[in-house]
Amino acid sequence: MANETGILVLGEVAEGKLTTFSTELLGAARRLEGAGGAVSCALLGSAVESAAQDAIAFGADKVYVVEDPALADYSTDGWVQAMQKVVGEANPAIIIIGQSNIGRDVAPRLAFRLNTTACMDCLELSVSDGKLSATRGSWGGNARSVHSFNTMPQIATVRVKSQEPLERDESRKGEVVKVDAGLDPSSIRTKLLERKEVSAEGVRLEDAEVIVGGGRGIGSEEGFKVLEDLAGQLAGAVGATRAACDMGWRPVADQIGLTGKVVSPTLYIAVALSGASQHMAGCSGAKNIIAVNKDSEANIFKLSRFGIVEDYKKVMPALLEAIKKLG
Amino acid sequence: MHVIVCVKQVPDPEIPPSSFKVDEAAKKVVPPPGVAAVVSQFDEIAVEAAMRIKDAQSDAKVTVLSMGPASAYDAIKKGLAMGSDEGVHLLDDAFEEGDAYTTAQTLAAAIQKLGDYDLILCGRQAVDWDMGVTGSALAEVLGIPSITFAKDVQVRDGSVVVERVFPDSFETVEAALPALVTISNELGEPRYPKLQQIMQAARKQVTKWSAADLGLDPSQLGASGVRLSLDRLYVPVSEIECEFVEGETPEEAAQKLAEKLRESKLV
Repeated sequence: MANETGILVLGEVAEGKLTTFSTELLGAARRLEGAGGAVSCALLGSAVESAAQDAIAFGADKVYVVEDPALADYSTDGWVQAMQKVVGEANPAIIIIGQSNIGRDVAPRLAFRLNTTACMDCLELSVSDGKLSATRGSWGGNARSVHSFNTMPQIATVRVKSQEPLERDESRKGEVVKVDAGLDPSSIRTKLLERKEVSAEGVRLEDAEVIVGGGRGIGSEEGFKVLEDLAGQLAGAVGATRAACDMGWRPVADQIGLTGKVVSPTLYIAVALSGASQHMAGCSGAKNIIAVNKDSEANIFKLSRFGIVEDYKKVMPALLEAIKKLG
Repeated sequence: MHVIVCVKQVPDPEIPPSSFKVDEAAKKVVPPPGVAAVVSQFDEIAVEAAMRIKDAQSDAKVTVLSMGPASAYDAIKKGLAMGSDEGVHLLDDAFEEGDAYTTAQTLAAAIQKLGDYDLILCGRQAVDWDMGVTGSALAEVLGIPSITFAKDVQVRDGSVVVERVFPDSFETVEAALPALVTISNELGEPRYPKLQQIMQAARKQVTKWSAADLGLDPSQLGASGVRLSLDRLYVPVSEIECEFVEGETPEEAAQKLAEKLRESKLV
């Protein structure tokens, strides 16, 4: 296809509503309006039309609703085919997808189906003369790289919380277009056998204002007790590095980093973790980092506002008591 | 049962961030001298996933496939020492500086040349660029189903059953073979080769194929064939200055830190 124009966002719907992450994607698309053309949003599923008004209120000019029983559960093949249909209608120059469970799976495969490619986990997007420029963390977060595309459409996934949503505006007008996916169920080559949600106790890591995170230096599952107590005192949550999770000291759900959760607390208390780039990639949005580490050369101190060079076992119980006393 | 594992050799990502250097003009990372390249961590775990399949089905054959410069031979040897049967090294200057597109095209051509295969395993992403595109792209080029982010892979009765891992959920997904699965770190630690296995690996066959061997046009490969260009590479600068809090005792330091956090309205 030629004459591609405008931006298509792949929206995600949970419990009949557009997800917060998707509103961030619409915000990003709206700010790229210099690209010319309209901002549209694709919603795929078995019953997603209820979210179309959300998409319009958050910035979409047009919403493509693809409803099909075969889209009741996410599948790579189902989403790729449905998106192919929407792309055929919208003919976008740019497709923006969230770096979510769905996005990181579907974006590469969709890109290659469309004879283009995808730039994943972007932090910043800009447009000049219709050409997308995408900035992302690479080399485990040690470097930033800026990329552009030689093929159309230009597909980028963006990191959660890297983009601001617009204010919800109920007065915004938009068009809702129904697209028939015409899916042949046999074209979906994977079968979902089971799905288990991990229910978090207490404050969700993604929503926490205070996170107490521990790394390899914690040394044991029991070592995290004092971190839990401090997180409890501050109404926060406990996080961990990939190393600590791989050791079995914390569940996968606590993992912060490139391959785990992306968090943006006001206060991140980093305990006995070195500050490896792949971990920091998950908490680069933290507004204040405080570090406790016995290695004064640890990278985490280069990113921290306050630091104590000491064994966490000696400092953390005292810090917990001192904070309790402050009330 | 033929399992093909795709591995990439990368500069050691475990170096301290202070040793990480970039040549901005060349848009290249400059590895510190004397630090050996390693197998990208998720790819090494993909070899482990293949070995677990081989442990369960002794007739399974595992081929390690790598595209890369002469040194990538070491990555293939690592896979052979872990217990893989054969290696294939895609070696040609024309392959250099490609992107996920040119890499997937090249790997697909090699896999088609290998002929029959049942399962392809890749790491969930390479630890250098962290794009996570090549695996799914390869499945698309080969026209086979893909299942990403596996923590467990079981092969039975002509299909693969995969437990997928996410930050907030788990899924079990099945696909008929042939299929491609990308492996996440939650699968577990890769096995450590025994000395005897390392010696055996030295005798295992590693086939070398060039672009011509694969029937590929060099003008479509490597840097000349990319769909995604790298315009700039740089190291971001942190503007934060850490204030180290000290005390006569750890308790005193902790007390001072608590006070500073209160002054800054952080607690």
